[in-house]
Amino acid sequence: MISIQHISKSYKEVQAITDISLEVQKGELFGLIGPDGAGKTTLMRILMTLLIQDEGTATMNGFDIIKDYKKIRNMVGYMPGRFSLYQDLTVEENLNFFATVFKTTVSENYDLIRDIYIQIEPFKKRLAGKLSGGMKQKLALSCALIHKPEILILDEPTTGVDAVSRKEFWEMLKNLQQKGITILVSTPYMDEAMLCNRVALMQKGKVLDIDTPRNLVDGYTRKLYAIRSNDMHRLILDLRSYEKTDSAYAFGQYLHVTGKDDEVEATEFENYLMRKNHEDLEVHDIAPTIEDVFMELLQDTIV
Amino acid sequence: MEKVIEVRNLVKKFGSFVANDHLNFDVYQGEIFGFLGANGAGKTTAMKILCGLSSPTSGEAKVASFDIYKETEKVKRNIGYMSQKFSLYEDLTVAENIRFFSGVYGISPADRKEKQDKLLKDLGLESARDSLIGSLPLGWKQKLAFSVAIFHDPKIVFLDEPTGGVDPITRRKFWDLIYEASDRGITVFVTTHYMDEAEYCNRVSIMNAGRIEALDTPENLKKQYSAKNMDEVFLKIARNVD
Repeated sequence: MISIQHISKSYKEVQAITDISLEVQKGELFGLIGPDGAGKTTLMRILMTLLIQDEGTATMNGFDIIKDYKKIRNMVGYMPGRFSLYQDLTVEENLNFFATVFKTTVSENYDLIRDIYIQIEPFKKRLAGKLSGGMKQKLALSCALIHKPEILILDEPTTGVDAVSRKEFWEMLKNLQQKGITILVSTPYMDEAMLCNRVALMQKGKVLDIDTPRNLVDGYTRKLYAIRSNDMHRLILDLRSYEKTDSAYAFGQYLHVTGKDDEVEATEFENYLMRKNHEDLEVHDIAPTIEDVFMELLQDTIV
Repeated sequence: MEKVIEVRNLVKKFGSFVANDHLNFDVYQGEIFGFLGANGAGKTTAMKILCGLSSPTSGEAKVASFDIYKETEKVKRNIGYMSQKFSLYEDLTVAENIRFFSGVYGISPADRKEKQDKLLKDLGLESARDSLIGSLPLGWKQKLAFSVAIFHDPKIVFLDEPTGGVDPITRRKFWDLIYEASDRGITVFVTTHYMDEAEYCNRVSIMNAGRIEALDTPENLKKQYSAKNMDEVFLKIARNVD
């Protein structure tokens, strides 16, 4: 449905994205996962025909993003990272505006947005600028859907949004996917990667890996330990100064720790930490998360 | 332990809307205090009051032992502030940013020189002294932004979603800085949407619809809500289900 071949783009001396190629299948929920500066927004703007790439080609549903840009704009719904609706129009006015621009009406495609719009309908006379974060997000999604697009491109829809609203938003995306819409979504939250069919892990304009989240996690071959004690800060310092530790990072209530060459046994960590007088010590094997995978890939690229 | 923030029956109304509904809590010296809540729960309103930028409708609060009605200037001088959105000026150099913020906080030029040298040495950023902030890698910027926020040795530093959009390694390195500041006795008051980060706090408060619904150590909150992690605690409180 989306085919990207060797796309590169630079802004003056800054290389924003370098030689990106990926395919998104029809009906797929595909995630671009990476921190700020990974190139997610640039790639999406190129696909949305708002920027022109320096090199490479891309098609959406068979249409070329440069030659057929008008067709693409009619076929794709876009939710930019920054809230881009008219703040001084009401909820209802924004929706009508976007419907009119695409030569349709709200009632014609109401089925598609009903589940989402119904939650903000009680506030339809309110100015968009006066909505809370979660409501703005729902309105922006409704506006992106109002012309019944085949593809939906969402640029960090959940950034700065609380954990509850994030979960609700992903439920909405799953529902839209059920309706046959192909979705390309970007996020800096690693846990959201698990909710996609496939993801591209991105950093500094490059794709580090593309696969299903399950395969990425299964592909992590290192021996990973979860370690905790009653003084987590001292624990992390002690582990980092231990010659057999390769990496030690906080993961919620545990540290995730790898040993040099993966040849360090749990008992070695345990004995070392007992000598350091750690109390309530707990050391056990743990399955990696997608965040462990991403961090392993990042190790080489970070200062 | 010394209380550095004391809040009693704090209320803030905007017209008929109650943004903060009788907040009561204390924060102690050197504590890492997580201030959580859904969007629109009233966190920003409360934080603005504690930073001396907004007056409450009623109630009392002291920050660094100064009254938040009458001594807002003293409050401001004794706190540091950093957020993902506002930290350093991108088009000034490292040294210029330090000079600017030193001026704002009334640090004398002689003191500044000495502290700046030490800071850049500690951070390993000596070679970047005359580089524009905009040209630095994100990890460096963050380290520097945090160091500048506590450059005047405040009693408390307020961090408003300091790690949004940051890669997972840089995010964790940022927490190393938070722990170091706390070890030095600086109180850290932090908001975040990453629930794993809630686990790193000494105590966590969770706001919902203007009220503090829960306040305890992550350990006790998990027990109280029979949750396996802070994400579950948060969902239970913010969704109002038991």
